[in-house]
Amino acid sequence: MNENTHEVNKLKEVKLFLGPQHPGMHGNYSVHMYVDGDIIKKTRPMPGMLHRGFEKLMERKLWMSNTALIPRICVIEPDINEMVYAMGVEALCGIEVPEKAHWIRMMILEMARVATHLFALGGIGGPTGIYTSMYWAVAERDLILDLFETLTGARVYHIFIVPGGVRKDLPDGFLGELSEYLNTLEKKLPDFQELLLKHPVIHARTKDNIMLPASVVHDLGVTGIGMRSATGTPYDLRKVKPYARYDQVEFDVPTATYSDALTRIHIKFEEIKQSIRILKQVIEKMPNTTDVKVPFDKGNALKWKVPAGMIYTAVESTRGEYGYFIVSDGKEKPYRIAVRGASYPQGLLGIEKYLPGHRIDDAPLWMDTMGVCSPEIDR
Amino acid sequence: MKKSKSLLSPVKAWKYLIKEPVTVSKKDIFLTPREASDRYRGFHTNDHTKCTGCGTCSDICPTDAINMIEMPDIEFEDGKKQERPAIDYGRCSFCGLCVDICVSDSLHMSKEYIHLSTDPNTFYFMPDENGIHNTPQKTGYTRDDVSDLLDLDRYEMAHEGVMRKKSFIEVVKGFSLQMALAESARCVECGVCTATCPAQMNIPEYIRSIYDGDLEEGIKQIYKTNPLANVCGRICTHKCETACVLGNRGEPIAIRWLKRYIVDNTPADQYEAAALSYVSEKANGKVAIVGSGPSGLSCAYYLSTLGYEVDVYEKKALPGGVIRYGGPEYRLPEKSVIKDISMIEKAGVNFLCNQKLGTDISLEALRDQYDSVFLGIGFSLSRPLPLPGSDNNEVKYAIEFLGQARDYVRGIRQMPDIHERIAVIGGGNVAFDVARTLLRLQEEKYGKSHVTMASLEARDKLPADLEEIEEGEEEGLLYNFGYGPQHIQIEEDKIAGLHVKKVNSIFDSEGKFNPDYDEADQHLIEATQVYIAIGQMAEYDFFNEEMQSNIEMFRGQVKVEPNGQFKDYPWLFAGGDIVRGPDIINAVDTGHTAAKSIDEYIRKKRK
Repeated sequence: MNENTHEVNKLKEVKLFLGPQHPGMHGNYSVHMYVDGDIIKKTRPMPGMLHRGFEKLMERKLWMSNTALIPRICVIEPDINEMVYAMGVEALCGIEVPEKAHWIRMMILEMARVATHLFALGGIGGPTGIYTSMYWAVAERDLILDLFETLTGARVYHIFIVPGGVRKDLPDGFLGELSEYLNTLEKKLPDFQELLLKHPVIHARTKDNIMLPASVVHDLGVTGIGMRSATGTPYDLRKVKPYARYDQVEFDVPTATYSDALTRIHIKFEEIKQSIRILKQVIEKMPNTTDVKVPFDKGNALKWKVPAGMIYTAVESTRGEYGYFIVSDGKEKPYRIAVRGASYPQGLLGIEKYLPGHRIDDAPLWMDTMGVCSPEIDR
Repeated sequence: MKKSKSLLSPVKAWKYLIKEPVTVSKKDIFLTPREASDRYRGFHTNDHTKCTGCGTCSDICPTDAINMIEMPDIEFEDGKKQERPAIDYGRCSFCGLCVDICVSDSLHMSKEYIHLSTDPNTFYFMPDENGIHNTPQKTGYTRDDVSDLLDLDRYEMAHEGVMRKKSFIEVVKGFSLQMALAESARCVECGVCTATCPAQMNIPEYIRSIYDGDLEEGIKQIYKTNPLANVCGRICTHKCETACVLGNRGEPIAIRWLKRYIVDNTPADQYEAAALSYVSEKANGKVAIVGSGPSGLSCAYYLSTLGYEVDVYEKKALPGGVIRYGGPEYRLPEKSVIKDISMIEKAGVNFLCNQKLGTDISLEALRDQYDSVFLGIGFSLSRPLPLPGSDNNEVKYAIEFLGQARDYVRGIRQMPDIHERIAVIGGGNVAFDVARTLLRLQEEKYGKSHVTMASLEARDKLPADLEEIEEGEEEGLLYNFGYGPQHIQIEEDKIAGLHVKKVNSIFDSEGKFNPDYDEADQHLIEATQVYIAIGQMAEYDFFNEEMQSNIEMFRGQVKVEPNGQFKDYPWLFAGGDIVRGPDIINAVDTGHTAAKSIDEYIRKKRK
């Protein structure tokens, strides 16, 4: 081997950076990729760009003040944070939330699920070049954000589900607006199907690609769509350990036994339909009362304490099991809160172990369909 | 799951080419922008006239975006601070918790959400009603009953039932632990109360001690500014509660009852350790205090914390002044008085009783024997009412009677001579003390009561506390408020009753005291005894002639420097009723202030 060949071999492997720019869901943390040609040989996820120290910060804020911080842990689907936090605090305090608050919470969570899935489906448009789907999805999601704005006063960080219930009662005519929106969305879904799910380019890029075998699911501890698409197990916390009023609505948990990217996209699409089904039942069954909140302790919010104890609460996010482990020492501020981000297994270890072997342009698709939400990994 | 593929399917999206676009046109963005929702959490607006400057918004803010800025231009008034919130929009998370907890309902959020500037400083501003762009704002997010983060309802204090009138049992029962904890948790710790309290008591701090379960700390905080903790926990005029910011939207914190909870529930050893923790060795000098009422006691305690030997001269047999001989047992039990006074005694203060200034000792002698003298003689005489017939033997005065009644309850004196039908003149708290004490004594003596009260002021204008009026009525007092006494009717040297006339107005058009009566509405209140409780005054006959002429007087009070010192007699200080009128918490403050001034005076003198 002469000296020139050696130089060529050295140049054969190039280091590329995926992120940290902020093009949407994936990419606001960095993945260092060592590539040979357009094949990724080795990857190194580089978290930390989005680290805001939420877990530590929460120890220094009042129980009530924390409700304003936590939605930022998962930017695209903030409401799950509010929900797990509220559930944990309520369990520690031993309080029961008014019935209507349960239904409003479930409504918010399902609206958020639709919005997040739409965002993810739109996100497929970027790496595959089908930008129309991105525009459509973001436009539809914006209409949900309009509804959120009417209901909560904010489009993204709603800060509406609080320990003890929800912050305010429904505004007048809200359920009507929601119902109207669901009808338009339902009409639009077949178009999505035509444009995205049947698209030959999508099939070319995602079918039999970006595989998630059942062995990897167990290896990493993947939950949510990843797990359900690979193992065929209908493990959904809304079914197996119902919270809010999920035990009082009918819906199916779509599963599959062969998890390529296309299957996972299909399941997301199916879940949107199921969420619409749930929302329609919520509209129908929403209690006709005005009682939506109880204080979780006596006095004013500056003095609210949570009895000493520890608890793990979890909800089904769009990416899987999303949980908080809350420890209280009985004071006005949490002693410790640890967040189980649903995309932690696939987003950190998964990228390092299973992204190599794919093509460079599949990396964003990998992150999208695996359900990687970097802020919840970084926290 | 059917995953079909179709080459033609994407083409179907072309049908949208002929449909209306869903995007917003540039024209609509800039000329007719969409209005935000009614609950929109945009930039803040704050009504500065309603804002109390309490800083609760700043306390709840999860991002520390709200700073309270001093505004010296704002006129000072009780219940408000001269501060207003300024918000840093580089930090604000637009959560609206500040709006939900605002005690005055002054802080709202607007529908305004666009602010563009290259100057970062413009993102930090103090919102007023016109918001960030100084233009009229549409209101967005506001608080409602559900989102409210305050607890506005006071925990009701339990009272003894109406049968309390059969004895001198304390009327107010006091908080239980649970109630005290819940009540203390309502406090937002803004400190507006401290600014209003004449003694500047560390109110949020001692309320906090209940919440934290550290009552010893509570005693320490109370004794920093008030050694009459038991007395003030029961009969303070609680100006703090009038100022409490929670009163803007709800009921103020029961500050007085919380103080009472601390003093009643701190274990004796902890209480003593905390109360005496400030006392220091007596090495700096000797001070004489005349009068052992609240101001004298307060001055004595603080002088002992400053290292002075203190002798308190009291003309009566027991120390305490108005708290010993004034306030009735059912409002201020003897044990509370003893607890306060004994703590001051333990601080090293000497009490010399049965020593009347001017008779047993002279001011000059005190001046020569001590480094400084403090006068806390109080208003110890009843103000006379020159009414026809008031020279009768059965016309009695409040102060003398209350002292006798107190001594009777204490068991060291016989029951005063109480008749079956009595009229009481006056509408202040002292008049109620007299009437309700009389009623109890009548119940004891005759098994029934008949006490009628009359005053110039109508019921809604009475100077007495509302609780006195309500409780008195519950106990069976008869009211003739708004009827001015004309004369005491005497028949055969005995009182037949009090003649009263309906009052149209008390003051004339120039604001002078000049009652106008309705001649058509007059009647006789049948009674064989009349008690007069229309005010108190001091006795100054111990001042020598020179002092009489040098010391300036105003409405029965002496004029002293703000530190309590007499201008022409630097060795002499005064406090209490004779400086600020009758009020216990003011007396405590003047005593404390004088103690500090006396210390300063003696130190200067020594140099």
